Amino acid sequence: MAKTRVLKRIPLSLSERTYLPQIVTGLKTTFSNMFKEKVTLQYPEEKPSIPQNYRGIPTLVKDPNGREKCVSCQLCEFVCPPKAIRITPGEVPDGDVSREHVEKAPEEFEINMLRCIYCGFCQEVCPEEAIYLQDEYSSSGYTREEMINKKDKLYELGGTLPDEHYKWDNKKKAELEGNPH
Amino acid sequence: MIAPGKEDSVVINLDGKDVSVPSGTNLVDAAALHGKEIPHYCYHPQLSVAGNCRMCLIEMGTPMRDRGSGKAVLNDDGSPKIGWVPKPVIGCATNVSAGMHVKTESDVVKECREGIMEFLLVNHPLDCPICDQAGECRLQEFATDYGRGYSRFVERKNVKPKRTRLGPRVTLDDERCILCSRCIRFSQEVAKDDVLGFVDRGSFSTLTCFPGKELSNNYSLNTVDICPVGALTSTDFRFKMRVWFLKETRSICTESSAGSNITVSSREGQVYRITPRRNDLVNDSWMTDSGRTLFKTVKAENRLVFPSVSGSRVSLTEAMDTAFKLFKNKRVGVIGSCKSSLEELFLLSQFCKATKAKKFIRGHFGEDDGILLSADRTPNLRGALVSGFANKYPKSDLSILNMALQKGELDTLVVMGENLLDSKVDAASLSGTEVVFLGTHANETSKLASVVLPTLTAFEKSGSFINRSFYVQAFLQAIPGPAGLIPDLQILSNLISSVDPESDLSPDLKKIWIAMSRVRNSPLKGISFSDLKQGTVQIDGSKWKNMPFVEKSALHHNPMMKIK
Repeated sequence: MAKTRVLKRIPLSLSERTYLPQIVTGLKTTFSNMFKEKVTLQYPEEKPSIPQNYRGIPTLVKDPNGREKCVSCQLCEFVCPPKAIRITPGEVPDGDVSREHVEKAPEEFEINMLRCIYCGFCQEVCPEEAIYLQDEYSSSGYTREEMINKKDKLYELGGTLPDEHYKWDNKKKAELEGNPH
Repeated sequence: MIAPGKEDSVVINLDGKDVSVPSGTNLVDAAALHGKEIPHYCYHPQLSVAGNCRMCLIEMGTPMRDRGSGKAVLNDDGSPKIGWVPKPVIGCATNVSAGMHVKTESDVVKECREGIMEFLLVNHPLDCPICDQAGECRLQEFATDYGRGYSRFVERKNVKPKRTRLGPRVTLDDERCILCSRCIRFSQEVAKDDVLGFVDRGSFSTLTCFPGKELSNNYSLNTVDICPVGALTSTDFRFKMRVWFLKETRSICTESSAGSNITVSSREGQVYRITPRRNDLVNDSWMTDSGRTLFKTVKAENRLVFPSVSGSRVSLTEAMDTAFKLFKNKRVGVIGSCKSSLEELFLLSQFCKATKAKKFIRGHFGEDDGILLSADRTPNLRGALVSGFANKYPKSDLSILNMALQKGELDTLVVMGENLLDSKVDAASLSGTEVVFLGTHANETSKLASVVLPTLTAFEKSGSFINRSFYVQAFLQAIPGPAGLIPDLQILSNLISSVDPESDLSPDLKKIWIAMSRVRNSPLKGISFSDLKQGTVQIDGSKWKNMPFVEKSALHHNPMMKIK
């Protein structure tokens, strides 16, 4: 059995009993920090700068011409581990001039932020580079429904990102200059 | 093509191994029998051989013979010397012959496949993210398995129309077409409606309908199924759901007595499409377009979703109790349906026994198209005969019931989904009779009924049907039924046990099959439900050979042929 060792109490010295040296040491630390650079932020008014590869809330983005990039291939829905994504695919009518050369687009796109685990698989799998986990990280709501991001909200959060493909423009170009039938 | 040999099977050498294959088969099928895949696009086992995709190129050789003496030329070690064909040949148009040597994995064959894949992909668009075929696309599969893996094509791809309407149900994406001509051969050979053809030359070749014609026959959607790529798409299923989400369930088409084998594709309790399932005894690989739309009735507006007594919603137990009071010591008439499953009809005839009820049944008849839409538009008329519910061939109306009603012979009617008012039964003669309606959808009769017990559609339950050639085929539950509803078999067995508390009939399919096969002289003797899950079982229908069956001779059905 372990033996209990009894420590002997040493009485405090005079200077220790006045507490003054300890107070001075403490104040020294306090005052020296007053002249150093600030490390705290006035959250939520002030927000930290987010690194480029941060995985925040998944959003849908448009190309620089303001055209929808998502073609509702549902690969993100397939790959999503917590099944947070739900897409209702839809066909783009032939005569839609603003969306010519687009055949398929999501009719509804829902991401349930109560289920999302911010893994970024959706961004990784997207063949059209339409879904990005951006720098927004905080979402709140009063009801469960509010926490499901619908298509409008996702585009509002996503905005426009620089694009080097211009897929729809290239499709138009191919039709005009390519090997048309 | 080489004429099939006289022997039943021949021995060929497949990649250095001697294997026995049925004579008369081609190399694609023969290799598949022994687990070797020879990739192919244009070849389809149930269509003629076109040999235009060149994907099934293989190396082939036959034993050499001396021209003068006709004797086999031997190697130094005494084995027969093989004369290899100097260039690769296509497997689909080469029939097996004794002693034939085949190489399906040689370097030459691999190079051929890489070359063919490269040419096919030259003008193929990168549409996979939006292509409905993705996930079940031969081009995707073979590009992964046999392709080069990268593209050397730097020129511009061809641009072709993306949504050409070929007919009311089929949309063509020209860019994706690899010109295999399966759809053309199907239209000519199976649907016998020659409307498709290729126009223009080289890379401008395009599939099109002949001027003034469209692909509108009742088999048009089979072209979508056999299209190895996503060129032909079903206008109804187009862009609805990616195929990898769909759960596939084996089922049987309820449209007519042809009993086409089908696959029901559903996701989360919703059916998205119906496709044919290959069964060389019944429907080959085909089915009707009209049969593919039947799943839309599952979510129809007039679907009965809750039990009711005199039009007001009640609990299921309450409805059953009310129904029981209507049978107890009453003169009951039961109107069965040829749309019910074999097991339901068996339980229904047990119910008739328990209540000493009179049995009535009607048939639904239409035109016979000679392929897979037979004149009998119910899936299980023969099931009504075999289960013992009907002993005469059903007429197309219920005028016998009308006579019995007018004489006042019946107090209560149990109706299985049929509409009495379009079966020559007057509303006037129904007055004074209580009606218990069991069915999936509301009709004029269900509105008159005192008790309505909603039942499930064929997609929501399991069971079996007997088709026009006396094949018993099982269908399995694909989706759950509406909340709170129980299967027809459960309702029937509850009703039976309320009338006859000593009855030991269970709603379990296996137990019903045991009970059915125990019936004296039953043609179902020795068959169990799990046998049906393995495949189609033909039963002896000679007992009914003198019945005036309405079906004409059609695909895999010959009414003149003596029934086994």
